[in-house]
Amino acid sequence: MNDQIKISCSNIWKLYGENPEKFLKENNNNPSTEQLKSNKYIPAVRDASIDVKTGEILVIMGLSGSGKSTLLRCMSKLIQPTDGQVFFEGKDLLKASDKELIEIRRHKMGMVFQHFALLPHRTVLQNVAFPLEVQGIEPIKREDRAKEVIKLVGLEGREKYYPRELSGGQQQRVGLARSLAVEPDVWFLDEPFSALDPLIRKEMQNEFLRLQNMLKKTIVFITHDFDEAIRLADRIAIMYEGLIVQVGTPEELITKPATDYVAEFTKDIPRSKLLNAESVMNNEDKKLYDNTVNCKEKIEKIASKVLKSEGSYSVIDENKKVIGSLSKKEIIKALFAEDKNE
Amino acid sequence: MNKIKTIFKGKFLFIFGPFFLLWLLRYIVPNYTISSKTPHWAYIPPKSCLGGCGSIDGFIPFVDWTNALIQFLRKYEIFGLFTFRDFTRGIANYVDKFLDFTEAVLHKGFPSYEIGPLPWIFIITLTVILGFYLRGWRLALLGGTCFAYLILFSKRGIWELSMKSLAAISVSAPLAALIGLCLGILAVKRKKFANFLWPMLNILQSLPHFSYLILVVIFVGIGTKAGVIATVIFAFPPMARLTILGLQNISQEIKEAGVMAGCTKWQMLFKVEIPAARSPIMLGINQVIMQCLAMIVIAAFIGQPGLGHDLLIRLQGLRLGEAFEIGVAVVLIAITLDRYSQALALKEPERREGNFVKRNPYLCATFFAIIICSILVFLFPFFNEYPKELTVSASVYLDNAIKSFTRSLFVPLGIFRDWMLIYFLMPLKAVFQSMPWTGVILFVGAIGWKLGKMRLALTVMLFVFFIASSGYWVRAMITLYMVFASLVICALIGIPLGIWASKKESRTKLVLNICDIFQTFPSFIYLLPAIMLFQISDVSAIFAIVIYSSIPMIRYTVFGLRNVPQQIIEASITSGCTERQLLWKVKMPLAFPEIILGANQTLMFALFMVMIAGFIGTVDLSQEIFRALSFSDGGKGLIIGLCVAFIGLTADRLLVEWSNQMKKKLGFIN
Repeated sequence: MNDQIKISCSNIWKLYGENPEKFLKENNNNPSTEQLKSNKYIPAVRDASIDVKTGEILVIMGLSGSGKSTLLRCMSKLIQPTDGQVFFEGKDLLKASDKELIEIRRHKMGMVFQHFALLPHRTVLQNVAFPLEVQGIEPIKREDRAKEVIKLVGLEGREKYYPRELSGGQQQRVGLARSLAVEPDVWFLDEPFSALDPLIRKEMQNEFLRLQNMLKKTIVFITHDFDEAIRLADRIAIMYEGLIVQVGTPEELITKPATDYVAEFTKDIPRSKLLNAESVMNNEDKKLYDNTVNCKEKIEKIASKVLKSEGSYSVIDENKKVIGSLSKKEIIKALFAEDKNE
Repeated sequence: MNKIKTIFKGKFLFIFGPFFLLWLLRYIVPNYTISSKTPHWAYIPPKSCLGGCGSIDGFIPFVDWTNALIQFLRKYEIFGLFTFRDFTRGIANYVDKFLDFTEAVLHKGFPSYEIGPLPWIFIITLTVILGFYLRGWRLALLGGTCFAYLILFSKRGIWELSMKSLAAISVSAPLAALIGLCLGILAVKRKKFANFLWPMLNILQSLPHFSYLILVVIFVGIGTKAGVIATVIFAFPPMARLTILGLQNISQEIKEAGVMAGCTKWQMLFKVEIPAARSPIMLGINQVIMQCLAMIVIAAFIGQPGLGHDLLIRLQGLRLGEAFEIGVAVVLIAITLDRYSQALALKEPERREGNFVKRNPYLCATFFAIIICSILVFLFPFFNEYPKELTVSASVYLDNAIKSFTRSLFVPLGIFRDWMLIYFLMPLKAVFQSMPWTGVILFVGAIGWKLGKMRLALTVMLFVFFIASSGYWVRAMITLYMVFASLVICALIGIPLGIWASKKESRTKLVLNICDIFQTFPSFIYLLPAIMLFQISDVSAIFAIVIYSSIPMIRYTVFGLRNVPQQIIEASITSGCTERQLLWKVKMPLAFPEIILGANQTLMFALFMVMIAGFIGTVDLSQEIFRALSFSDGGKGLIIGLCVAFIGLTADRLLVEWSNQMKKKLGFIN
């Protein structure tokens, strides 16, 4: 189940300029940066291929203008890509009719927006019930469902409020509730917490993780905040100037950055919080020492005891099998990472 | 010194050079004297070059062509079934059906059912409740006062006249709003239609009213329904504009939220887009109502009865006291409707919880008010029809007051008027009349070119060429002179006043509030004090124009000055600027683009008012339009209207482009 592919994008291009389809064809579907520049095309997404697996949290991360939001909008076909293919549960989205798209969006997709995008003339309840209303579900039923979701995001008692009466964090809770009202399979979140101040952001991230633990949706999450990305992600895709530079787990990005750009990003991340015993251990040494640590333990937790002790620690997996060892040397290497990369 | 040199080398010579050269040449060209009957073709546009077309004095017979087209539309039968005129009259008959209903409710009653019109007590009570609902007791007080005035002062029938006018408005305003809304939506959804609609709206809004009044007379006839149709044509453009702006400015995210919820096209429109743009759309409705009120008087020219009609008659008879009384009624209605519709536009939905009465207090209040009023009307005839003997009129006192006022000021005002005429207006008029048309074309073209737009240059040159070739050049220059004189005076009044007002928050508020009130006055009202003070002359026309069109000058100056970024002001103060330096070296340069926009608006207002001032006998284009109106000469009216519109559009294009370029330079817009 876990490795089933929910959304599959291949070779997505999105160019802005005059007649981009023709230009793309003339250049064998792969124009270079120079060609794009000299012909005055603005590439939002370039040749992006990525799969979203069922039940995972995929974070697409990049600075502003890197094309992450455009890629997300291509996935939901809010934007028509210039070229490429998008398969949603095996169905070709780009060939789907308007009617089919409406059906897919009504039942399978939910989206949360950076600036909340709540309808100002509707109460919290009416906003949350909106996706159900457009499906033509009868008032009593849709309000019951809306109340359920409002309770889920912790906004009970505010049903009759108007968006302008709520704080930013509360408004985004309404946004979350609205996107969840139809019980979608896929949950798109476009920088949902970027417009909130840091304390509220942390709180909302926890809220998000709590919801995901309950609901187990397939999630595509956009952010420009790397801390947020590593906190939430199963996998991270890093975009730079329209290209997907690297896709991998947070550990992979830190230990094996594909380019200098990725390395630059990951440089300031406190590694001890992110890396676990498995990713820094000595693979060759599989002896069983007196002390053992679990391979999934974060370095942060074990560093001090390893550094205090004289000998090595064995690293064991879930089946108590020794898969490597940790000594002071590895810990120090991991904590002062720049030396290790060079 | 150096600065002057560079100016002469660069722009200045390029823009003004050919113009002055031609102007000066005029006095050197052989065989030319000012009194000559056949001026040189480069100075005064020649007559009828195409020959044979005869009757009209333009060298391209636009008027003949237009009249031929109008004749064709009148006579030619589409599919052999009906003419275009039948079609328009058919529409007018439908309008008449609605009109019958509103008139019956407000002042005629339903004689066939033996039901009278709505008693006054209902109208006042419901207005007050609506005021409470929309904003609060102040608004309710305004509405109550307005209708109380109408009933109290109705010795000469002001109440009935007001109800007639309101009956017409309550048909024309919804109709105009609906048409504007639909066209606006269509323009947003269909790019091609928008490309067609924008220029149409531009021309429609800069055409003087009187020029399409003539067409309405030809195709619809006269009377209330014609007035309503003229009003609708006049009032829908701002609605269409605001609808387009509102729908375009909805945030992308909100639209995406709608799409992601799975809305169909119609659901998007009605559940997402229109509600999200409701504020601008409601402001559009406010604009529509104001335009309808402005038309109260103008529609009277084609026989729409009501306040406007009586105001007009009293103005013509110089019965200023009575005119004043009606004028106050018009103004009160205007302010009331303006404030009510503004409150409606800004109204946010409110959260109310509790039982039915608590949730819907105003609905319940309305219900009880209707019951109580019905009982009162049933028991006391007083509440059904306000007794005539309790009405009052101040017109006699007003007349006397005005007379003694003008008598006491007769000498100084006369001196002022003559001084203005001799030392300012007459010389200016001579200057404008001696401008060669070829020079003016080159002049506007050069400015357009200098602003860096070939297309702009060609457009404005074409506009001026149209005016010259239509045969109304001389009249157009008189119009332009009046507008220019007013613009200068408006700037002299408006800019200092704006600077003064921008210095303190309290002053700004005061001045903007006064501007607001003045702006709600229907334009004809301004003729009242003008005639009172200066009788019939260019000075009184310009006086009326100046009061009316100073408003945008003041408003934009205040806006520009107050919108200078606080940081820049703080930086200048810490650099050691004195108050005066701060104003002239920092604030004014940054506010200048806005002030130019203010001048542009002032010019548009002035152009609009010049046409109305024709009513008190100026000799410019407006006089020709009034003449065309009395002869029902549709072609002439339309062509002169276009001349006026093109004067406005030429100035508008150039000034707005100039302001935009300055804003770009300052980095205010991209």
